[in-house]
Amino acid sequence: MSSSSNSGEFRIKGAGRHTPARTARFTFDGKSYTALEGDTVASALLAHGVHLLGRSFKYHRPRGILTSGPEEPNALLDVSRDAARRQPNVRATVQEVFDGAKIASQNRWPSLKYDIGAFNDMLSPFFAAGFYYKTFMWPREAWHKLYEPIIRRAAGLGEAPKEADPDHYASRYVHCDVLIAGAGVAGLTAALSAAATGKKVILVDEQPEVGGALHFDSSTVIDGQNGFDWAQAMAAKLKAMPNVTVLTRTTVFGYYNHGFLALVERVTDHVALPGRDLPRERLWQVRAKKVVLATGSIERHMVFANNDRPGIMLASAARSFLNHHGVAVGRNVGVYTAHDSAYEAAFDLKRAGVSIAAIVDSRSHPGDGVLAEARALGIDVLTGHAVTDTSGRLRINSITVTRNGGANARKIKVDALLISAGWTPSVHLFSQSRGKLRFDEANQRFLPDIYAQNCISVGACNGTDDLADLIDEAIAAGGGAAVVSGENRFEWTGGMIGAAEGAGPEDAVKAFVDFQHDVTAKDIRLAVREGMHSIEHIKRFTTNGMASDQGKLSNMHGLAIASEMLDRPIPQVGLTTFRAPYTPVTYGTLIAHSRGDLFDPARKTPMHAPEAAEGAEFEDVGNWKRAWYFPKRGEDMHAAVNRECRTVREVGGVFDASTLGKIEVVGPDAAKFLNLLYTNTWDTLKPGKSRYGIMTREDGFIYDDGVVGRLAEDRFHVTTTTGGAPRVLQHMEDYLQTEFPHLNVWLTSTTEQWAVIAVQGPKAREIIAPFIDGLDISNEAFPHMSVAECTIMGVPGRLFRMSFTGELGFEVNVPADFGAAVWKAIWERAQSMGACLYGTETMHVLRAEKGYIIVGQDTDGTVTPDDSGYGWAVSKKKTDFVGIRGLKRPDLVREGRKQLVGLFTKDPKDVLEEGAQIVADPNQPKPMTMLGHVTSSYWSETLGRSIAIALVAGGRAKMGSTLYVPMADRTISVEVTDMVFFDKEGGRING
Amino acid sequence: MLLIHCPYCEEDRSELEFRWAGEAHIARPENIAAISDEEFAEFFFLRNNEKGLTYERWRHIHGCGRFFNAARDTVSDRFLMTYKAGLPKQPIPVASKAAAIAEEKTVETWEATEGDAR
Repeated sequence: MSSSSNSGEFRIKGAGRHTPARTARFTFDGKSYTALEGDTVASALLAHGVHLLGRSFKYHRPRGILTSGPEEPNALLDVSRDAARRQPNVRATVQEVFDGAKIASQNRWPSLKYDIGAFNDMLSPFFAAGFYYKTFMWPREAWHKLYEPIIRRAAGLGEAPKEADPDHYASRYVHCDVLIAGAGVAGLTAALSAAATGKKVILVDEQPEVGGALHFDSSTVIDGQNGFDWAQAMAAKLKAMPNVTVLTRTTVFGYYNHGFLALVERVTDHVALPGRDLPRERLWQVRAKKVVLATGSIERHMVFANNDRPGIMLASAARSFLNHHGVAVGRNVGVYTAHDSAYEAAFDLKRAGVSIAAIVDSRSHPGDGVLAEARALGIDVLTGHAVTDTSGRLRINSITVTRNGGANARKIKVDALLISAGWTPSVHLFSQSRGKLRFDEANQRFLPDIYAQNCISVGACNGTDDLADLIDEAIAAGGGAAVVSGENRFEWTGGMIGAAEGAGPEDAVKAFVDFQHDVTAKDIRLAVREGMHSIEHIKRFTTNGMASDQGKLSNMHGLAIASEMLDRPIPQVGLTTFRAPYTPVTYGTLIAHSRGDLFDPARKTPMHAPEAAEGAEFEDVGNWKRAWYFPKRGEDMHAAVNRECRTVREVGGVFDASTLGKIEVVGPDAAKFLNLLYTNTWDTLKPGKSRYGIMTREDGFIYDDGVVGRLAEDRFHVTTTTGGAPRVLQHMEDYLQTEFPHLNVWLTSTTEQWAVIAVQGPKAREIIAPFIDGLDISNEAFPHMSVAECTIMGVPGRLFRMSFTGELGFEVNVPADFGAAVWKAIWERAQSMGACLYGTETMHVLRAEKGYIIVGQDTDGTVTPDDSGYGWAVSKKKTDFVGIRGLKRPDLVREGRKQLVGLFTKDPKDVLEEGAQIVADPNQPKPMTMLGHVTSSYWSETLGRSIAIALVAGGRAKMGSTLYVPMADRTISVEVTDMVFFDKEGGRING
Repeated sequence: MLLIHCPYCEEDRSELEFRWAGEAHIARPENIAAISDEEFAEFFFLRNNEKGLTYERWRHIHGCGRFFNAARDTVSDRFLMTYKAGLPKQPIPVASKAAAIAEEKTVETWEATEGDAR
């Protein structure tokens, strides 16, 4: 083999569309090759006579290049620029060569030519369809210890890169009047027609240049010129129009609801030195008023024994390599076909100087046109014959040909074999749009039938093969006018689906249906024999069509074989549903910039930075980062929390409560509205006062809680739980807009507008006093549960007298922009007085000592206000509020419901696990009767012992009794107590 | 992704801007405190979950914030109409209803396409 600076000894002088002087160097498995710019990896390797590109998935059989397009199942390679920019499973037929590309084969060890895994091929009788399901059933324990690790190691092609992806990806949204998928003759013609109307048109094609089948179809003449040249001229004309966008190297991979389509544009994968500002790929999300599908068709292979050797490829692929890339796929080429189109491959090769060993045609009567041409060119045609076997270890070297029926077997030497069983219309996108297909019995294909969206199929994907008809159809679909004339040289006939002669039925024969998953005709027959009667079951049992090519070549063959075995017509066997994506899409494209810090943005309070500077550890609460605790040097979390708890109770503490949800409820009917949304009464609340409120859903269960302050007759400052803010606002809006629209109320989220600094502890008043202007905050003038607007350090703010610790406490609200400055000033003074900063962990301990619940931790959506000991918060006088009826449901008022109570462990040092189950009789045989579970549990430094809150069936009637918490290694005895552990009289908050 | 017409903004906007809000035209009883357990269950727990033409609520949460009603064919996902909250259940024009029904006949069900055709 040559690896010299020439672009390969299989280049045909004068053939192809690349410029000989423009070369690119790349390596394949470490060996250096020269390609021409515009080559795919496949054409570049074929130019050097390299056909062996990989090993198959299951049997590790040598495999080559089967196609020249995105449907390629075999030639999957690892392509890299450097260690991080490496991609496995790249189709050699799609990837363009760029200078410096490093390309490697996959699924082989130690080398492509000598692969130990090929042992599987000899063991293949054991690896029949369903092998894994049958073999690894028992013992059950062996699954995750033994079978799964081994299967996982052996499974999958390629190896994912371990480094983070350094490339960036872009995303774009666009609207258009007409989107046209596919820029072959049909797509270009439709685009010309649509563009003439002045509509906004997007024309998309997955290849580097427009033209579709004109890449290989050299005999088509359109408007008097070579088809491919015509296509380029039309693309240039369209690009010059202001209302047209032409996207090449772009695949429409998904067609979703209401004209929504997803496209991936490969921006730099073909470029040697991509500009740093360019994205690697770009996701286009298009909303199109109308879609024209001009997606063409895909040639099928023939299913016969050993049809997978390197050197065997689709006839159209060989034509592409010759007519577009200027590469001959062999020097002595055979053809095996059931369709006229393959003859044209033989004609093109013959004219380029390649010898054609024979055309073997399974049909007795091919088209007259191609037969005559073959005769004129002196090509041997064997009609009514079959290729029943092939030979050649790493590349095909001969075919065995018999007359149909098996007589007169003889070997013919070849170095490549072109195959064609006809063409399968690409109805993938039509099917994704939820269109319904019909089976075209005469031509053995599925075609678009009933459209679900404003969409139309034209050309080969619609079964329209005649060029003149296709052009008329495309002009009509474009909705405008265009003048295009063209004709086919030959009228194509024929085609078959299913197994050809020589595909069995003997079990030893490997006639591949699905190349990527190594599914043979025999496997599909076996699946039917074993009782799989629907195509969905057959597909899953054999994995036919489930590889990354999604059965673009194999689905129709598999269906036909199943249909024959089941003796049922094809439409009754069914067709599996086509799903997006049409071809594999990188994760990078789908997520674009949503990774790293932007994957799930963090919400930080205005005091985040100064808290971090004070050494705060943060915890995630929803998307919020909340200061968790503030360790001093040498302290662990436990020590820090104990110190913070002690300091708050003895002196004071400063806490960031900014994450609490805040909703401003304003309007003449604000109190009436809150009366309906909360279980409490609000019209009796005087301006300047606040109240703890509980919100239930209609079913009577607690939905949220929080303190609500009344600033004026018509203005309330509502606080919600940190996590509850968005859903509470949605809940309120829902009732206001749809059930109580007669109420004159406005709701505004102010969560992020207010920074909230809680100052708690015996010295709280002394700490904040110097910062408050225009307000008497003495105990007499501003008692517990007061609220007022005032000036705080010169900033308009709101001051609440409230407490979630049981101590004298205030919550200072200032506009978010001033939060950090006010916080710093308060903290500086607090620190000088011996107070501390405290975080959410200390807040949790302090509130638990007081028996204050946390909605979502101590309640779980099945807890009523009464269950949680807050029955007093439910108004007995109101005639309506959300939940009033739900609370009267029989199950909500029955005896023995789970209620929140306190628990003391018998050993005060034992801290229970949150979530631990509680039982009455620890010796009861399993399954034990569970009375409830621990909802909150902490070490209380204040009390010098552990405390816990638990939901216990009939809990309040069990005060003083002993219950048990069974753990894995022991059982813990607990005593049921009151939920308020500290300062039961509540004197401290009035300090 | 669905394209939804907001009857307040009077524009077709992407599904990303909306949040589904359950079945439409289930009014909260005015005398809710007095209704029976059965009536409460009917109001709060039971939903029709119909296949085909469905009346449902949406909220243009990342737009005008308004709740509104929609008539949607759950088989084709086609919106037959959207209209403001508070309006009574709107009749569907005969033509769109016929289209919806025709579509339903060719519906892709598990039984039809994925199940065993026996």
